[in-house]
Parts: sequence; C-alpha cells; structure tokens
Amino acid sequence: MLISTFISKPDTVSAIMLRVLLALLPGIALYVWYYGPAILVSITLASITALATEAAMLRLRNRPLKPFLGDNSALVTAWLLALSIPPLAPWWLVVVGTAFAISVAKHLYGGLGNNPFNPSMIGYAVLIISFPSHMTHWLSPHGLGQTELGFADQLAFIFGGHLPSGIKLDAVTLATPLDTLKTQLQLDRPLKEILGMPIYGALAGKGSEVVALGYILGGVYLLFKRIITWHVPAAFLGTLFVTAGIFHLVDQAHYVAPLFHLTAGAAMLGAFFILTDPISGPTTPMGKLIFAAGAGFLTYVIRVFGGFPDGVAFATLLMNICVPLIDAHTQPPVFGKKDRGAK
Amino acid sequence: MRTLYQFHGGVHPPTNKTQSTRTPIAPAPLPGKLVIPFHQHVGNMARPLVKAGDRVLKGQLIGMPEDGVSSAVHASTSGTISSIGMEVVAHASGLPDLCAILIPDGKEEWVTHTGMDYRAAASADVRLALRLAGVVGLGGAVFPSDQKLRSGKHKIKSLVLNGAECEPYITCDDMLMRERATEIIRGAEIMRFMLDAEEVLIGIEDNKPEAIAAMRQAAAASDDKMEVIVVPTIYPSGGAKQLMRILTGIEVATGVRSTEKGLQCFNVATALGIYRALRFGEPMLSRIVTVTGNVRNAQNFEVLIGTPVNELVALADPLPDTNLYIMGGPMMGVPLPSAQVSVVKATNCIIAASDKLFPPPPPALPCIRCTRCADVCPADLQPQELFWFAQSKNFGKAQEYSLFDCIECGACNYVCPSHIPLVQYYRFAKSEIRALEHEQTAADLARERYEFRQSRIERDKQERAEKLAQKEMAARQPAATPEAAPDNSAQSHIQAAAERAREQAATARPKNIDALTPQQQAEIAEIEARRAKAREMAHPDAGRPKE
Ligand code: SF4
Ligand code: SF4
Repeated sequence: MLISTFISKPDTVSAIMLRVLLALLPGIALYVWYYGPAILVSITLASITALATEAAMLRLRNRPLKPFLGDNSALVTAWLLALSIPPLAPWWLVVVGTAFAISVAKHLYGGLGNNPFNPSMIGYAVLIISFPSHMTHWLSPHGLGQTELGFADQLAFIFGGHLPSGIKLDAVTLATPLDTLKTQLQLDRPLKEILGMPIYGALAGKGSEVVALGYILGGVYLLFKRIITWHVPAAFLGTLFVTAGIFHLVDQAHYVAPLFHLTAGAAMLGAFFILTDPISGPTTPMGKLIFAAGAGFLTYVIRVFGGFPDGVAFATLLMNICVPLIDAHTQPPVFGKKDRGAK
Repeated sequence: MRTLYQFHGGVHPPTNKTQSTRTPIAPAPLPGKLVIPFHQHVGNMARPLVKAGDRVLKGQLIGMPEDGVSSAVHASTSGTISSIGMEVVAHASGLPDLCAILIPDGKEEWVTHTGMDYRAAASADVRLALRLAGVVGLGGAVFPSDQKLRSGKHKIKSLVLNGAECEPYITCDDMLMRERATEIIRGAEIMRFMLDAEEVLIGIEDNKPEAIAAMRQAAAASDDKMEVIVVPTIYPSGGAKQLMRILTGIEVATGVRSTEKGLQCFNVATALGIYRALRFGEPMLSRIVTVTGNVRNAQNFEVLIGTPVNELVALADPLPDTNLYIMGGPMMGVPLPSAQVSVVKATNCIIAASDKLFPPPPPALPCIRCTRCADVCPADLQPQELFWFAQSKNFGKAQEYSLFDCIECGACNYVCPSHIPLVQYYRFAKSEIRALEHEQTAADLARERYEFRQSRIERDKQERAEKLAQKEMAARQPAATPEAAPDNSAQSHIQAAAERAREQAATARPKNIDALTPQQQAEIAEIEARRAKAREMAHPDAGRPKE
C-alpha cells in the first residue's frame, strides 16, 4: 500500500507553477505598456510550442500526458524564455528556443524535476550563440523611437519579417541599455554623457526599469505565498549591488552606479523568477545564498567584462553546474547535532 | 512565564478532535471474545503460560515476560482460553502473531491483587512489579516502562509528561487528563520518585483547555514540583524528542539516551497505568481508545485489551461507506489488515476511513526540489535528498544523510506538492538497510572462514615448499642452522588474515545503525523477528524434516 499519511495539504505542483505565472503578470503588463503588445505574441507562441513539445516528448518517453501537461511547468519555462528575448524576434526564434528548452534541456535530462540546468536559460543561451544578430534588436520603449509600430505591423514583422515601407528596423529598435553602455564606454565616451542619452531613465533603461519594478512586485507576491524564500533574491541582488558598488567607488568615470545594475537587463527577473527555480537550484538555505551570490558576481563580471549583452543567463547556467557540490557541502546539522543556543 | 523552545518545522493539519470529545469516556461492553496477542510491546514476546481449555481470572498472568526487554500479558477478563494460535494482529506488517483467544464468562472475576508501597520497596522490586503488570508506554511506542524507570548513572533533572497529543483525530489522552487527572499526577509522583527527578514538566497543547485546567488543579495539589506547561499546537509536538526540546530546549540526538541529558519522557496514560499497577496491583488490562472518523458517534471508550476492532467500532456506528480502519492518527497511523484484529496496548485510536474522508492522493509527480518537506521536517533532515537516495536504492548515501534520524512523522508527506509517499520510501529504505546488514554479517562470517581456509592452504603449501627446500639444503649443506621458523610465520599469517577479516567486518557494517538506543535496537530486533517469521510462514516446510 502506497499510503504514508492519510491527509495532505491541498497543494499541487500545478498550483505552484500557476502562481509563478500569476506573479509574472505585473511585469508583463508594464512590458506591454512600454513596448506594445508584441511580447504577448512571443509569450503565446512560446506557450503553444512548449505544450506541444512537452506532449510530444511525453509521448516519446511513454509518460502519461495528463498529469504532466497540467503541471504548468512548461508554461513557466516558456514565459521566462519569451521575456528574455527581444519581443520583435521572428516567430521561429521563439519556437526554436522553446522547443530546445523543453525537449533537450528538460526531457532529455529526465523531465520534470530532473533537469540540472534552467531550461529557459538553456534556450536563451542557444539562441544568443546561434542567432546573435536576431537577439539584439529590442523595441524602443514607448515615445523613444523615431516611429512606432502598430500591432499589425509588429505581427507582420514577427511572422513575415517585413516592415512597412519606408521604415527601417533601426528606426524602431535599439540595443539594450546594458549593451549601449558597454559599446559607448568602449568608444571612450564619458559615463555621464552616456547616461544622458534618451534611452536612459532614472535608474537604468527607460521603460525597462519600470518593468523591473513589476517583477519585484511579482517577487514579493511569491515571497508572501512562500513559493520562494528570501535567500536567492537577497544574495543575488546584494552581491550584484556590492560588486558594482566597489567598482563604482574605485572608478566612477567608467563604472556605473550599482542601482543601474539592479534595474537593468534581467536582474530582477533573474532574482525572483529564474534563479529561484527550485529544480535547477540548490535546496539548503546556505546553498541558496552561495548559489545566488555566485550568480550575482558572475552576472556583473559577464556584463562588464564579457562579450554578451547581459550576464544573468550564463551566470545562472554556470551556477547550475555547481549545485550538486553546493548542496553536498551545505547540509544543515540534523536534530540534536547542533548548538541552537539552548544549552 | 517559562521560556518555550521551538523545534524546526512542523505542520498544522486540521485537528478534527472535537467530534470525539463531546461525551465522556464510556466503558466498552464485554465483547464476545478477546484475542490477546503475546507480543504487544517492544522487546521479546511473552511466553504463554496457559493452554486451550484453561479457565482464567481477570488480571491473571497468561504471558510471562522473557529475558531482557519484555513485558507481561494478562487475561483482560475472566473466562476460558479457547485456543492459542496465530492470528492477524494490529500491526503495520499485517502478519499473524501468537495470540490467546479468551471467551469471557461475563463474571469479571478478579485474580487476587494488592498494591505495594513503592516508597518502601526496593527499586528493582517496583520495576519487577511493573514488568509483571505489563506496563508499557501507551503513547504508541509500547516500550516496557520498567526499563525506563531505572535511576542510572545520570542525574535526571526533568521528568517530562507527554500530554501534547498532537496527532489529528486522537483525543484519548485529552479525555483521560480531563477525567482522571489526579490519578495521572499520582503516577507522575511515582515516576519522579523512582527516577529521583527534580521536577515534573507536563506538556499539553493549547487546544485542550479542559485538560489543562484539570491537570493544573491536580498538579497544584501534589507535594512534588510539577508544572503544567501549555505548548503551541503544532504537529509533531507530541514526539518525545520534540516535546523535550520545546519544554527544556534540549535536543536528544539519535543514538543518545535522553537520560544522558537529564531527561526522561512518559505519556500521561502510562503514568496512570503505573499508578494503578502499584497502588492497586492492577495489571494493564484496558486502555482508552478514540473511535472516530467516518462514524456517527465518535467517542472515547475504555476498552479491554483483546477486544476485536469490529466490535469496538460498532459502538460508534460507522457509516456504510467505511472501507478501511486505521490504527492511530491520519499522519502516522497504519491501515489495519482487517477489522477482525484486536485492540492492543498500542491502539490509541481507530479511525473509520472512507474515500470521502481521506481521498486517495493524486498520482505522484517527480520531486521538484521545492524543499517544503525540509522546511517542515522536525528532525532537520532533507527529505528530498532522502527520497532521492531511497528511490535510487543508494542506501549508503541515505544513511549518510541521516535516514535513521527520521521519526516517520509524515510532516514532509503532508506538505509535498508532488504527493510523493515519502515516508513509505523511508520505511522501505530502512528495512532494506537492516536486511542488508543482516546479510552483511553472514557474508562477513563466510569471508572470514574463506580467508582462514585460504591461509591454511597457503601455509601448507609454504610448509611443503620449505620442507623441500630444507631437504635440498640439508642434502647440500649438512650444517645449516634452522633459523627461519616456518611454523611461526605461518601462524602470524593466519592471525593477520583473521584480523583483517575482523577489521573489514567492522568497517563494512552500516554506520548509522550502531548508534541506536536500546529501544531502537529492540525495535529493530523485533522487526527482524517478524521478518523471520514471515519467511517461515512463506515456506512453512523449510527447516522441518520431511516425513
Ligand atoms: S516537498 Fe515533495 S516535491 Fe518538494 S522537495 Fe520535498 S519531496 Fe520534493
Ligand atoms: S517523516 Fe522523517 S523526513 Fe519526513 S518530516 Fe518526519 S522526520 Fe522528517
């Protein structure tokens, strides 16, 4: 008889994943506000691809469809990947990335619960290595581009690859604030002048910094619902802040203030949604701190000294490799084998 | 206010206790027959003293405690022993055990019995009296109480009385404390005296206000230093280690006796049993059992040991869709193999279950490493790791991750969003490890024998070779000195081999298992015994000469 306890909390994997999706909504809403509805198209595309790939892989692996298709985990992978790539990316980019994430990064490693790497970040890494040029055209935030595309134009570009006559891609897209910062610094432009460029807002990129606030809101909800703990966001953001702060203090002319790094790129998405993935992350509280601190440091290093526009994805994957080691060395003492100040 | 301590984790399942506390404890009527197992306690089975056809009196000793950890078994009422044989008993294994079947004569005719003055008697005599009265822990562990009342080399500071009763549905201790607080306190005084403890701490969860009030009143009237301490309701606060931690802040690690830390813990019902055994000479013939769940009239009953479960639950009027009876609570309870089994000393609660009351869990999904289980584990384990190792049969790793520290409380199971039957995996891993260790010891012996034989063959060969060499030498050089002592070298060779084998045997033994308390070792031995019995029953002809 496979019963141990006769009662259980009415909690399911599916409900947990659903709450993660819910928590992404404020960020997505702000995204749409600043960049238009194109992101919804990529999210939809990614979701459909994820479910279809999941179903196909479950079939191939002879697993029951129902419990696994309903667990919502594939959707979380899909949404996180969609939010990590440019919204105006061609449709096949989203499809290829998602399909790879689900089939290779998730199912070839044994499916739900067994993937050592964050599938969304694998998908992202594959895309940025294979199709770098498609990964750099980000929509300009509302009110910043020379022209703005309507929804129909966005759809036409995503699915057909052509823009309305007379409009060039460069007119509606920009490099990311992080990317711009790096290239402009390489051109020896003074930092002050760079940050004066119109794409920069109060903290980091105009628009994207507000979207980051949306992710924080979702993160607080996840903390409140106890789906994530404080360890990963605190250690990740703290380390990123301190590392950036040290460089900034040493050389203010070349290193941007730490708050910039916290609100730029995928930092907040990483802190609350990507690095908190339980499956590819460590399980012990101390392990979570080490894991996230490592990711924070690596994110900074890759952003500032590396060749990629953002560092969160590679930092996550690099730290994913260390998870078994971290877990093995951070096992908390068991009952009776510790001093808990009781005498 | 006393400072209370917390243990890590814990859960808050719905308590479902009010159903069975609306009416006082009722005596269950004499059943048609009593099925009394000879093995209701941890340790060695009691030796039957009666045979079919014997007339027995209420309270008569029918099972004599065997050597070491063991306890006595008595006739719960007067009547006739109709048979002695193997019957299915209330145990998780579902295996039959030796039982006496007693047909009551309805006279309730007592054997002569008198109490004793525990203060005047020698401690050993008092303990013997408890042993012969069949007094065992009624909290569920059924460990013979006499074993725990030795005032050993360690000074006992606090005697902890466990009235927490944290498992949902179970209310037998609650009702007992409400109705018989004074007798419980008398029992506590006896235990305090025998252990020479400084104080008695009585822990009761805050969801039992009536019991708290009654116990406070009774404790205040005692000359001993007693304190009723209200502890927060959180499962499993009633685990002995968890309660000791809450009340004193002390954690008793696996393999450490609580007495080494100056603590000893008893269940409140055990205190009452001790009192009645010493004051009146009454053996443990009955206990309070909560009958609840899918029944119309949930209630506590005072039940004679041996009463068949179906006769007992009939008193509470089970609903027609009842399809299972659980002994114990919904967290740690075990499904009964049949409703024909009888109430034993470990039976604190019978829950009538139906699919509506306890819906079967959805199919288990893989572990998503969410660590909710680790967050609630009162033993500070990493249940998700234990599960991983148990599932992949990596038992060495499971032990390294302290599998044997798991108290099987089920808290992890309760919260797991993937609905993995975690405890089931732990039980499986534990029993596999014990079986392996068993085989290991056998294999060690075989290896030792083999190595010994090898070394003897080697020695013979060497001796022969040396003799040959000597002969040759002698032939060539008549004056050679017999310096090398071949016998000695061969001897030391054998010794070395034997030592090596012993060393290997020592290191090959699983680590975690040596450091267990006598209680746990007794439990393990018991499991082994059951296992052996099961094997025997599976091959009844094995070992029996063919006719
Ligand atoms: S609660 Fe269940 S799913 Fe979560 S880590 Fe523990 S075993 Fe895995
Ligand atoms: S059953 Fe074992 S592993 Fe699970 S919570 Fe209880 S002590 Fe921890």
